[in-house]
Amino acid sequence: MNLAEYRRAARAWLEENAQAGDRPEAGDLARAKEFMARFYDAGYSGITWPARWGGQGLTEAEERAFAAEARHFTLPTYVFSIGLGMTGPTVLDRGTDEQRERFIRPLLRGEEIWCQLFSEPGAGSDVASLQTRAVRDGDHWVVNGQKVWTSIAQYADWGLLLARTNVDVPKHKGLTMFVVDMHHPGVTVRPLKDMSGRANFNEVFFDNVTIPDEHRVGEVDDGWSVAVTTLLHERLSISAGVGMGGQKDNPASLEALRQAVDTSDPLVRDQLVELHIRSRALALFNQRLAQETEAGIFPGARGSAAKLLLAELTLFQADLATQLVGPESVVAGHPLAQAISLAPGFALGGGTNEIMRNIIGDRVLGLPPEPRVDKTVPFKDLKVGTQA
Amino acid sequence: MKLVLSQEQQQLRESVRSFLRAASPLPKVRHGYDPQVYARLNGELGLSGLIVPEEYGGAGAGMAELAVALEETGAALLPGPFLATAFAAIALTRTPDKELLSGIAEGRVAATLTEHELACDGTTVRGTLTQVLSGMEADVLVAPASTGDGMVMVAVELGAPGVSRTPLETLDVTRGQARVVLEGAPCRVLGPQPESGIGDRLCVAVAAEQLGVMRAALDAIVAYAKIRVAFGRYIGSYQGVKHKLADMHCKLEQAESIVRYAAWAADEAPDELPGAAALAQAYVGRACFEVARDHLLLHGGIGYTWEHDAHLFYKRAKADEVLLGPPRLHRARLAQLLEL
Repeated sequence: MNLAEYRRAARAWLEENAQAGDRPEAGDLARAKEFMARFYDAGYSGITWPARWGGQGLTEAEERAFAAEARHFTLPTYVFSIGLGMTGPTVLDRGTDEQRERFIRPLLRGEEIWCQLFSEPGAGSDVASLQTRAVRDGDHWVVNGQKVWTSIAQYADWGLLLARTNVDVPKHKGLTMFVVDMHHPGVTVRPLKDMSGRANFNEVFFDNVTIPDEHRVGEVDDGWSVAVTTLLHERLSISAGVGMGGQKDNPASLEALRQAVDTSDPLVRDQLVELHIRSRALALFNQRLAQETEAGIFPGARGSAAKLLLAELTLFQADLATQLVGPESVVAGHPLAQAISLAPGFALGGGTNEIMRNIIGDRVLGLPPEPRVDKTVPFKDLKVGTQA
Repeated sequence: MKLVLSQEQQQLRESVRSFLRAASPLPKVRHGYDPQVYARLNGELGLSGLIVPEEYGGAGAGMAELAVALEETGAALLPGPFLATAFAAIALTRTPDKELLSGIAEGRVAATLTEHELACDGTTVRGTLTQVLSGMEADVLVAPASTGDGMVMVAVELGAPGVSRTPLETLDVTRGQARVVLEGAPCRVLGPQPESGIGDRLCVAVAAEQLGVMRAALDAIVAYAKIRVAFGRYIGSYQGVKHKLADMHCKLEQAESIVRYAAWAADEAPDELPGAAALAQAYVGRACFEVARDHLLLHGGIGYTWEHDAHLFYKRAKADEVLLGPPRLHRARLAQLLEL
């Protein structure tokens, strides 16, 4: 089948199987799983993943062709996104053959759901300073500690867990990666309400949770390099998504605002022009990155610029919209009250604006790194988290 | 929509860049216009004929290619009438004139353009033009003029009798302007004034130059931040500096995207051109000045000296930002196009 035929077949399948009005975060887990099984059986889950482990073994050309068609549909795949975007690729890249055999096919078919367990209350931007401990006990590890910002944990069967296994070495050198069974009785998942009042994330507590050593990913104390693999996949999946979401449901979009406010006021008009300028500037930058990617130019750390700009635009836009609309925008239930509450999230999730600026400075502009006081100090002697 | 340079466009960029690096390095530009460099730019690279149609001896390229060239001449702060001649060529591609276009393509004729309207009696023109870009260097002025019988485009030899030119001392020492007074100066009527399209293309051309100016300014301060030490550290390692540079990079990425888009629209999507052109001036003009300003400030005291190049970028950025009128006009145009 050539690419055009592939694309036509993909479109036909999507038209047949994607339901109108679907939402990615559809709460009906059974239906999402049932959809994913059909999605896999039709050959669209893991398009570029190796056939040996359950993928389709095709190329990025097919993946792009499928993505171009899928853009017009909404698929109920949210609960599988961490597995498909981050943990699955990590197991593929860094796991053992036994792990690939055990985990990949059920992940791709939606039979098993994954979450990612890196961030902690004391380790956000500086995730390598995390404190959750894994202590070896024969052919098992015993885990105690807490993770946070864990999307999808409430549905997850497996978690990719980064834990500290050695406190006598510098922080990056004493971490190990594991696959943890989220159904273990020592695992407690608690919803974490964010400032918008919704529980999009969870806190996850580990109380003497045992993990067999064969569920370790990579070498003991080499977990940081595995985490870097995961984070690379995370950045890719975030920056690939940047700008894909339309503005059509955004209550702070120019289209929404022109209906809601008095545009005969020249000050209002100029503020809306500013919104237009900034939105177009970022949309065009995203399109240029996409065209470069298609032409084989890998955007790399420049994706961080797109992420930073999106975070800034989101805040600017919600802020401006509430100012323009006025008192009614802060009454609960008004879409802009929701928008202004959600807006800071973009500047925090997936790396804060400050971290993005560090990445752009260090990796795009090649500026000298900040001197580090933590590189050579054994973890047990290091200040971490929040301390007086 | 095409936002990524083709192989040929990259080659064009490389050849203009390496030519200017050798022929017009920064230490030279503060001495102003060098006709020899200009002649070689046109003789060796054929740059003045880039957008002149092939039938008049040009390369017949589009705004996308002109933008690539202007980005480089902007980055080099090239003095002289290159931009002004490009303006005139843009107007002349809409109202073709064999003599002028082939003269520009051969590099024999430096031209400039005004958007101010002259009064024309068929053979001579009158008018006072307070600020003509490269007015002292240009041989020919292209201008709109009113006759008893509607609007036309005219060409005026600036060396002819009836023309008096006074050089203006301008902020930007790398590129001059002149006051031009026309009192019965002989003119040639080229044809009816085109209804639209010239002003938008000027916006795109200037935005391309601005993109080059901001890129070079950012490159300069990034290079300096890697070698300048304060308090025992390279200044680029301080977040106070690094984060500013990161924000400047973000502006550059967006500016480049907008310039490519606007140039593409000029060549391929005339319906999108007015909005793209106004966007280009509204965004890139401001971003260029902000980047040039912050590049000067981050240099510290040395950036405030006459001897340093930082002020050259700062001043070119400011001169460019207001070249096509007060920037609010571009924003007002956007408001109008968005039907706000």
